[in-house]
Formats: sequence, structure tokens, C-alpha cells
Amino acid sequence: MEMTLLEAIRAGLDEAMAADERVFIFGEDVGKRGGVFRVTEGLADKYGEARVMDSPLAESIIVGASIGAACYGLRPVAEIQFADFIWPATNQIVSEAARMRYRSNGVWGCPMVIRAPYGGGIHGALYHSQSIEAFFAHVPGLKVVAPSTPYDAKALIKAAIADPDPVLFLEHKKAYRLIKGEVPEEAYEVPIGKAEVKRAGSDLTIITFGLMLHYALEAAEKLASSAGLQAEVVDLRTIRPLDTATILQSVRKTGKALIIHEDGLTGGIGGEIAALVAEHAFEYLDGPVMRLAGPDIPAMPFAASLEHEYLLSVDDILDKLQAIAAY
Amino acid sequence: MPIDVKMPQLGESVTEGTIGRWLKQPGEAIEEFEPLLEVTTDKVDTEVPATIKGMLSEILVPEGETVRVGTVIARLIEASEAASNSVAPALPVQAIASRAPISPVVARLANEYKLNLDDIQGSGGGGRVTKKDVEAFLAQRSSSATATPTVMSDGEAVLNPQAVVDPAAAPTLAPPVLAPTAPGYPESPPLQRQRVAVDAAIPERPTEVSGLGPDDELVPLTPMRRAIAQHMVHSKQTAPHVTTVMEVDLHRVVAHRARHRADFERQGVKLTFTAYFVEATVAALREVGIVNSSYAEGGIVQHHRIHVGVAVALPDGLIVPVIKDADDKSLLGLARAVNDLAQRARLRRLLPDEVQGGTFSITNHGVGGSLFAMPIINQPQAAILGVGAIEKRAVVVSENGMDALAIRPMCYLSLTLDHRVIDGATGDAFLTVAKRILENYSTAQL
Repeated sequence: MEMTLLEAIRAGLDEAMAADERVFIFGEDVGKRGGVFRVTEGLADKYGEARVMDSPLAESIIVGASIGAACYGLRPVAEIQFADFIWPATNQIVSEAARMRYRSNGVWGCPMVIRAPYGGGIHGALYHSQSIEAFFAHVPGLKVVAPSTPYDAKALIKAAIADPDPVLFLEHKKAYRLIKGEVPEEAYEVPIGKAEVKRAGSDLTIITFGLMLHYALEAAEKLASSAGLQAEVVDLRTIRPLDTATILQSVRKTGKALIIHEDGLTGGIGGEIAALVAEHAFEYLDGPVMRLAGPDIPAMPFAASLEHEYLLSVDDILDKLQAIAAY
Repeated sequence: MPIDVKMPQLGESVTEGTIGRWLKQPGEAIEEFEPLLEVTTDKVDTEVPATIKGMLSEILVPEGETVRVGTVIARLIEASEAASNSVAPALPVQAIASRAPISPVVARLANEYKLNLDDIQGSGGGGRVTKKDVEAFLAQRSSSATATPTVMSDGEAVLNPQAVVDPAAAPTLAPPVLAPTAPGYPESPPLQRQRVAVDAAIPERPTEVSGLGPDDELVPLTPMRRAIAQHMVHSKQTAPHVTTVMEVDLHRVVAHRARHRADFERQGVKLTFTAYFVEATVAALREVGIVNSSYAEGGIVQHHRIHVGVAVALPDGLIVPVIKDADDKSLLGLARAVNDLAQRARLRRLLPDEVQGGTFSITNHGVGGSLFAMPIINQPQAAILGVGAIEKRAVVVSENGMDALAIRPMCYLSLTLDHRVIDGATGDAFLTVAKRILENYSTAQL
């Protein structure tokens, strides 16, 4: 059955709520309104307002109350309306949720999911466009998941809810309705922490996730038809913990690596991956490890032309691929 | 102006040194204090750092050659000059500069398959030889190599492997092998492999190798192996060896160590049994002074200072760093010295003076499970103590005229002595003191 990324996430939430009555959703306008993006639409009618609960406009409460509920034995799914709004809850996420298992010597877990729509391309400007994965990928104890396809999204939101520890679940808001794909009717699983080769190739490796995965796949096709070169495209799916085995296996095979993310270049997750490759696949490299990322400017600009300039395009990726191939 | 690098004086009595290996090649940049080469003396290997920041311009003495202290062995160019064009750089620099960069994978493949990259046409940016170029070259070479036999069949060792294609490698040269998990792709880090390769390349002094059959392999002597061989033969030919053995009950030492280990740990010291054996040895040397001596034609040289060597096993041999004035040290001091010397021995950071001047040696062969051994004397000393494995055994203990069976941690101490200097009875007297100290060990001795 074909679904959008958004519909797949909703289907995953629906199945998880049907299977386990401890699962509940908590966030701004998630109930009657179904969330600003309508991800939770219909769930309040189906499961009642006690399990799809509107929160005050206070992210620290959304996450803080969810932590309490998780410790109490429930399975909260907190929604941060836009990833840009997550900062007031950073203390609860980093200092409490992520450390619960460690500070209680393994006695207490914090089985909760924080969903957050991220990324640009919808004219959201400064407060509705940020990519936040690098900040949270730095935090031990927290898992950071960012699916790119409807197939992965449905299974991964269920895996995140089932996980005994806190998971930050990042949903690219431009991909919500843009990306469609087949989702099986029957049950299937995608584990957290496992990347996937979405396109096999032998000449160079692209490592990416989210909306950029789809751009990268398109650029890889163009490279194949224009230059006869085959790029292998690795979809991270989970940003923490990184699936180093899949990354290294691919780079060792091709000898060249390009890491792509929409987030700004400096301090981005691309630097971590580049370091891993340099450390563990050095002898297999046939060219410099490269990154393609957003510009180091404070935020997404307002003007549509500048937003366009900020975001990476298929052509930007193709240019970089050609440069790496020619090295 | 190039700056001369001279063979350093690595110890009071060291007059010459052998170039172990050059850590930099001509044309390579070097930082001040960065290791430039390894020098091997008959005692230790040590690294020699650069005295300035700049570039290695010339190597004058190749690896394996021995020269007197003060001999100019290389020349450096200072950073300011290396950067400007006023100084004509040495030839290898130009050679490197004119070539497109070599990627890590190409460097590795070239090393593994003994390729000369000048033979390969580069298709990458600026004419760079790419991984694909190497793969194509190897595929082509393997298809042509199968036609020509390359090694004589009479079993003679091929001394220049670069000159021929390794026939064993030929069938594995096809591109499928270049998958990461295929055999022929060792996972070990490159530095280690390089190290092995360099060690194997230490030039042999011309020797006839007899008895090398077709199924045999000649493993060249490392400087350490050669030194051990010389010292051992020399010792056995010089001194008539006699070994005497005593058994020691270590239950007090074991209890003492268990009680004080954490204390020592807090002071940054790992309390090893070796420290106790050194302490007991010092006491025995004090009481039976003649054991702390050397035989000379004019008489027996009695040493009044006690410098105890402790043998440390290394992957490719062993070395005996010396605890100077061991009788000045407490158990803590001895443990600290043993920790420090053993650790630096393994890192090859000992100074030549630290492995010289010993008046007595201890070898702890028990760490490998050996119960007792008959060690060879470390010349020109008069004796060596072998310490066996500590094992729990059922022993008969007598107290107040009553015999009883007890389980005790037991250990054999063996003393090998130079019979020219010491007689068996003297050796037994030495061991008796050591045994008494160890069996009656108490906290009071701290």
C-alpha cells in the first residue's frame, strides 16, 4: 500500500497504540486538531482524549511530564510541534531522560519517544526550519532516529516506542507529503541502529539521511547516466548510535566517501562520520573524505530565493560527486 | 646552511651506535623534538629526536651500519630555509613534488604487491594513480605472470623479492580479491606491518647460511637477537655455571601484598611480587657480600653498591634494566622502580645507562608458569637469581613440635653462580637469607 512519510508515521503510532494501552501521545494541538501537520489526526477519536492529550505551550512540560510518565510505567510519545521549539526541553532531555538509566545504575529506564519535525524547504524561515540532530547526537544515553522512507518510518516509530530508553525521532517536514512509498500490510521490523544501502554502487559512497537521501539517490542516477559511475548510497536511518559497520564496509569497497546533510557544516554529524572513516578505513581511501552540508549561517533565511540558496539541491550533489569521481 | 646530525653519545661507556631505522626520509618535514631515527647499541634501542624544525635533507649512514659517536649521520635544513627556494632541495624532494598525490589505498596496494607506481599510468586528477588504475594493472600483470616461471626450483633463497613476481601471490591478484574481507588483506594497522618489514630488512653481515632447505625460511637476526646470542654464548664460555635451588613459602608475602596493594595503588604504584624478591635479594647480597661481585684476572672485584638488574621479556627478546642502589629503596621505591623500568623497557624508552652497571640480576621466569629454571649469568656478574611460579601446594609445617599439612603458596628460587667466584655453600647461604626474609615477611618491614 502506498503511503506518504506522514501517513506511515501515523500508521505506526496507530498500531503501537492499539497493541499497548500504555502508549499515549502528548503535545501541542495533537488531540482534536491532530497536530499542526496532522500526523496524529483521527487518533484522539479512536483512542480518546486521555491517550492523545493536548499540552500547554511549554516544551519543558511536554518532555518533563513524559519523563515522569515513562518512569511510572507508561510509554509516552511526546510531540514537539517544530524541532526549533525543542530548546526549552533540552535540560529534561539531556540531563534527565538520557541519563536516567546511568544515574540509577540501570534500575530505572526512561522509555519515551520525542517526535520532532525538522528541516527546511517549506518557507518556515528562522523558527520552523532547523535541523537539530547534531546537538542531540552528542548525548550518550539518547538515541536519535531519522527515517527517510515511509517503509522505514512506520517500523522505526514502532521500534522507538518499544525501546527501553529515550528516542528522539526526527521527521523531515518537507518529506512528510513529498515522499511516498510502499508500506506492507503485514507486520515487519526495522531495527534502530542499522543503516541501509539504498542504492548499491562500486565507485563512491554517499552517506546521508532524511530528505537528502532522496536528493542523493536522484543525483546518483544522474551520475550513472551521464558518466557511467555507480554511487553507493547509504541511508543512516539512525544517527545515534551510528551503524559504523555498514558505513565502513561501503567506504572500504568504494574508496571514496561523501557525507551529506542539510544541517550546517561545522560540528555537524558529517564530521563525526568523516573521522570514523579516516580512523578505520584510512588504508582503503582513494580520495579525500568530503562533506556537503548547509552553510554556516545562523538560521534559514526568510526570502524564498535565499532559502533555495541555503538548501542543497540535486545539482549541488551531482557537482560534488563529479569532483570526487575525477579526483 | 644544512645542520649536521651526529651519532649521539647514549651512555657513559657507549662509543658507537648502529642506525636501527630512519623514521624520516629525505625531503620529509620534521618538527623539533620529533623522533628522527632509532639508534641501536648493544644494550638498548632508543629514538633520537630532531634538534630543529625543518626538513631532513640527507641521510649519510644507512640502516644497519655502525659508526662511532660523533660521526655525522644526516643533515637537516631549518624550516625557514626549507620553505624558501634559496636552498636547492635534495633530489628526493623534487621527485616527490613532481608526482601527483598517492592515496592511502594506492600506497597500501603498492606496498603489498611490491609495485613501482611509476610503471602505472594514472587516470585521476593531475595524472594521479587511482585505485582502479592499480586494480587494472594487477589484473593485467596476473594474466601475463602466469606464463613465466620466476623462481628457481633448487631451493636457493631468493634474496631480492622485488625482482620477481611472488608466484604465491599471482593467483590472488585478480580484482575480486580487492573486496575488504578477501584473504591477502591483512587487517593489522600499517605501522605495525611496516615495522616488521623494516626489521626483516636489517642488513645481514655476510654469513654463509647452511642447512636452509626448500621448506625452510631464513629469519634475519634483529640487533636484539644478535646481542642476546652473543651475550649468552660468551657467558657460558666464560663462567662455569652451577645452580642451586631452594623452596620458599610465600604465605606471608602473599598476605602482605593483599593487605597493601590498594595503598600502593593509591600512590600510583602496582605492587608486584618482583618488588619483594628484589628486597629479599638486596638483604641477601648485604649479608653474603661476595655474591655481589665479578671475577677478574687480577682478583675478585667486590662491589659495595648494589645495583639489581631485573629481566623484562619483550616480544622479540628480553632486556635487563637495572635498579641502581637498590639497597637505598623501600618496598614502595622498589615497586615503583620495577613498574617504571618494565614499562619503559616495553616501550623501548630505556636509556643505555639504565641497562648497564648491574651487579646482580633477577629473572622472573615463573610468570610463564615455569617452576624452576637454571638461568645463564649476566656477565660480568657472579650470580643470577631465578624466580619460579608461585603455586599453592600441600606442605608439611611444624609448629611447637607438631607436624601438620597446610596449603601454602610455594615458589622455587634458583641461584646460578659463577663457580670461579662462589662455591655452592656460599650460594646456599645467599638463598637461605632470601628464604628467611620472604618466609618471615611482616608489616614491620614497610
